[in-house]
Amino acid sequence: MGSVKAELLRLWKWPATWVLIGVWLVMTLTFGYLFNYLALNGGTNTRDLSQQQLISAMQPENVGAAVVRGLPMFGGAIILVLAALAVGSGYGWGTWKTTLTAGPRRISAMAGTLGALAIIVVLLVALTFVVNLGAAITVASVEGWDWSLPGAGVLEPLAASLLIAAMWTGFGVFLGVVTKGPALAVGLGLMWAIVTENLLRGVGSLLGPVESLTKVLPGGSAGNLAGAVGGSGAPGVLTDLGGTTAALFLVGYVVVFLGAATLLKVRRDLV
Amino acid sequence: MIVTTEKLTKRYGDRAVVDEVSLSVRRGEVYGFLGPNGAGKTTTIRMLLGLVRPTSGTASVLGEAPGTPRALLKVGSLIEGPGFYPYLSGRDNLRVHAARRGVGRPHVEAALEQVDLVGAANEKFRRYSLGMKQRLGVAAALLGQPELLILDEPTNGLDPAGMADMRDLVRALASQGQTVLLSSHLLGEVEEICDRVGVISQGRLVAESTVEQLRGDTVLLIRADPIEKAHVLIEGSSLHGDVLHVRETDAGSLVRTLVHADVDVQEVRPLRRTLEEVFFEMTGVA
Ligand SMILES: Nc1ncnc2c1ncn2[C@@H]1O[C@H](COP(=O)(O)OP(=O)(O)OP(=O)(O)O)[C@@H](O)[C@H]1O
Ligand SMILES: [Mg+2]
Repeated sequence: MGSVKAELLRLWKWPATWVLIGVWLVMTLTFGYLFNYLALNGGTNTRDLSQQQLISAMQPENVGAAVVRGLPMFGGAIILVLAALAVGSGYGWGTWKTTLTAGPRRISAMAGTLGALAIIVVLLVALTFVVNLGAAITVASVEGWDWSLPGAGVLEPLAASLLIAAMWTGFGVFLGVVTKGPALAVGLGLMWAIVTENLLRGVGSLLGPVESLTKVLPGGSAGNLAGAVGGSGAPGVLTDLGGTTAALFLVGYVVVFLGAATLLKVRRDLV
Repeated sequence: MIVTTEKLTKRYGDRAVVDEVSLSVRRGEVYGFLGPNGAGKTTTIRMLLGLVRPTSGTASVLGEAPGTPRALLKVGSLIEGPGFYPYLSGRDNLRVHAARRGVGRPHVEAALEQVDLVGAANEKFRRYSLGMKQRLGVAAALLGQPELLILDEPTNGLDPAGMADMRDLVRALASQGQTVLLSSHLLGEVEEICDRVGVISQGRLVAESTVEQLRGDTVLLIRADPIEKAHVLIEGSSLHGDVLHVRETDAGSLVRTLVHADVDVQEVRPLRRTLEEVFFEMTGVA
């Protein structure tokens, strides 16, 4: 418990936490509502069909889909950066040394880090939901649409969002521990999330086996889960797998990433 | 015994960085762990804290295996420079550490007070001077009143005034009965504040004793005229240029003997080998 409290205290007062969360919220509002709103009102070549789609995407009812579709790629990348920095920086600052000699077992210290990161990431998803809902209600009111609040159905995309966020958190933690530093962890993670998987998908259209593989890679699984719960119209969202399959792969990644990171943390000498 | 190690060894590749070190730290003493750069001090200390696993040999810290919560909670440490969050204030850094150690707010304030950082407690760690950073490291080590304080080169990088402050602090703690294991490559420092010394060189513990024992017996230096006559008069004396060396502690009777024999005594003083000389002799570094 002390370990979670300690980690939460230092993550809470860390400017990077709020900068990353802030950047993400601005991004999700800009791409999810601002541009759509501008396209709806000033767009010159918007056809009726796409107008209907834009209106539907901005309805407060559909806020769940708006939250989940951003997470497989860009939101995931931001979460990965947060986790990789949170874990990796401790090697350079020497704070892991301080942490591991404070008293608690290594596994408790690691659990403290993961617990605190989990709280921050849940907060990030919750804020995304609240901010998107606020934007949706604002747009709907300004435009004078008939709108209603999302029903219980919103829980499914929100749960999917949390699972996707957990996978990217685990990926970041894993990279931070493996590379014992923030720079390489962030670099490799971003490259993987934004570049590598997309390149593989490009190659996949030529090579069958690669194509099957890309569906179940971390970003692919995340994209497929987002697609399965109604997300659409954002980079990284896919519809090649069923929701259950994609969710199972994500659970597998969370277990593998966090398991491997914890095992390394517990066993490896800290020099 | 607060700390004992038995043939503690750490190899990196086929190089033994710490080589069969058997040392012991007793309750209430300030133990100086002395050795040149790269001798293996930090690696030994890391093994005592469970940060590094020994290749072979054993260590016991306060009767517990190193790195277990039971051992760590009774030990406060500062290893190779302080490790803190640069964006947090000194006080917040200590609060984070206190939460991990399971000690309360009052301990944080007490530790800040002990190292004289109350005035700068709300400043960011990043903006601290080297001396302040080091003192915050000691404050963190003091949290929760540990039975053993392990300080790895606590005066590293400090200016003479900062070094003196740090030594005063260690001495003050020692006078309250605090057991301290302090590593250093500065002989004067160890000589000044330690009760016992372990000398490590190239991974091997080459000596372990009190500072006095290490220095050896006191030798008196005598300058007199005529020196040859004095040499004959004083049994067991040896002539070194125009002075005599003699293993003797009763300077008074020596002087009386010489004066009675009409020898002019110009100077009598103890000639103590400095730890430095002893150290170079033992480690073969000159
Ligand atoms: N992880 C490692 N891998 C390989 N060699 C290492 C490792 N850690 C330490 N060493 C080597 O072990 C030797 C002893 O290092 P250590 O840091 O224990 O020395 P020290 O006595 O603390 O020196 P200093 O006074 O410079 O702090 C050094 O030569 C160092 O290069
Ligand atoms: Mg060292």
